Amino acid sequence: MAEERANGYKSGSNLEKILRAGHFAVTAELGPPQGADPEDILRKARILKGVADAVNITDNQTAIVRMSSIASGVLAMSEGLEPVVQMTCRDRNRLAIQADLLGAYALGMRNLLCLTGDHQSFGNHPTAKNVHDLDSVQLIRMVKDMRDEGCFQCGDAIKGVVPRFFIGAAANPFGDPFEFRPYRLAKKVAAGADFIQTQLIYDIPRFREFMKRVVDMGLHEKVYILAGVGPLKSSGAARYMRDKVPGMIVRDEYVERMVAAIKGIPKEDKKARREAWRKTGIQICIEQIQEIREIEGVAGIHIMAIEWEEAVRPIVEGAGLLPRPTVE
Amino acid sequence: MIVAEQKPLAEIMELLGDARKVLVVGCGTCVTVCFAGGEKEVGILASALRMMSKLEGHPMEVDEATVQRQCEWEYIDPLEERLGEYDVVLSLACGIGVQAMNERFPDTLTLPGLNTTFLGLPEEQGVWEERCQACGDCILGLTAGICPIARCSKQLLNGPCGGSQNGVCEVDPDIPCAWQLIWERAVKLGRVDQLLEIQPPKDWSKSRDGGPRKIVREDLRLVEAE
Ligand code: SF4
Ligand code: SF4
Repeated sequence: MAEERANGYKSGSNLEKILRAGHFAVTAELGPPQGADPEDILRKARILKGVADAVNITDNQTAIVRMSSIASGVLAMSEGLEPVVQMTCRDRNRLAIQADLLGAYALGMRNLLCLTGDHQSFGNHPTAKNVHDLDSVQLIRMVKDMRDEGCFQCGDAIKGVVPRFFIGAAANPFGDPFEFRPYRLAKKVAAGADFIQTQLIYDIPRFREFMKRVVDMGLHEKVYILAGVGPLKSSGAARYMRDKVPGMIVRDEYVERMVAAIKGIPKEDKKARREAWRKTGIQICIEQIQEIREIEGVAGIHIMAIEWEEAVRPIVEGAGLLPRPTVE
Repeated sequence: MIVAEQKPLAEIMELLGDARKVLVVGCGTCVTVCFAGGEKEVGILASALRMMSKLEGHPMEVDEATVQRQCEWEYIDPLEERLGEYDVVLSLACGIGVQAMNERFPDTLTLPGLNTTFLGLPEEQGVWEERCQACGDCILGLTAGICPIARCSKQLLNGPCGGSQNGVCEVDPDIPCAWQLIWERAVKLGRVDQLLEIQPPKDWSKSRDGGPRKIVREDLRLVEAE
């Protein structure tokens, strides 16, 4: 620990080192199973190993019960993958969160993404009681105080080893009120966020406008911003995201390209259609990364391909981001 | 005001069980204003119960009474002498009224005929919406006069979640996003700065988490505290 402090790292995680060294970072996502088989994690970890600097492990994503982020993270790490533990405010109060963070750190976790959490009504336990004892900004501050002040949220000192996380937060440039979004990001930075991962981008002009404001506020110099992208799976999926998912904007051009991808392929030939869709989805994603990379203030890319982890390698490779650098 | 709605008739019938003589007691305050448990609703429910029980072959004798406020002793005390005649009382007051009856008249069981739903206001004729969760530490002064505890689906204190879009909450397009409202009003009032400050974790101990909350005003008490 003392060693990490001496060299100036906050957590000493690989992700932190990559970003600090000025490399364009790549993170990906791994969705834990709705069951207790460790092999589900290990298999996905093997797919993602070597293609991302760290991999987010979702926490009951979309409010559906899954293997815990921390437990899955430990499994992923055993395959040589660096996890980013995700923690939502929906399921735990401040006691439970802090207890889990002590445990996560003891088990070797070094990156933490602090989230509000999707509402429980989206998931498979819509009658559950949500917690929201803290919001994501307060969660960030708590984790920072644990690390930098060595104290719990109540002010009591942490005894012995202090958990030192590289603290992440989310930002949604496509949510409303748009004017508030850069300020909300500023609040997360002020609370202690070290890196940001954005919502999936399918509207680059709006993302560019958001980043312009972020850069004008000087936030990109205080926090590493990783732009969220993901390969579209089909024209139906693109339409669904455009029309149904709250907080997302999908420009029609992407939907149209996905529709055009299967032109001429007979409906019955499901396999050929799927292949064509996937090829186009990956291609669009690569092009997006190239475009986003040019935007000032973007420090890396966060690729969300849940339940399609195989897509990450061709995307990273296609974008010219392989092999991943190592920083000692 | 306290907003409530009547339980389904079938549920009420089941609650009443084999009671043969029932007193339905309404309340003249909040639940009258929200058309759930005033004199008129008491009358309608009483006749429905008479009819239903007759149809089911074991007619119930149902009497009616409505007091001005079921949550204060002085208004319910006059009921005492009548209560001996009834198997049960069915209250059409909010949960406070129901408990006041049970507390004041321990020998008679008072059952709830309403679901007490929230503290809110009529947005328009026939539409009520929640405005306050009685959190015990009002922050309206920090949020442009709009309550994120009652009106944001996640009770966020530092701005909107990622699901806010086009003015509505991610949970339901019929719910206005509280943070959209707060933002717009703060802009209008020139108080955006307030929203940029980090609000620390809320002290929920003043809210629902520590048994019944209590306020004692010595200046108003009639008896000297020991
Ligand atoms: S902040 Fe608390 S007391 Fe004030 S309106 Fe909201 S819930 Fe009620
Ligand atoms: S969309 Fe708005 S009201 Fe709904 S949970 Fe998010 S911030 Fe709260």
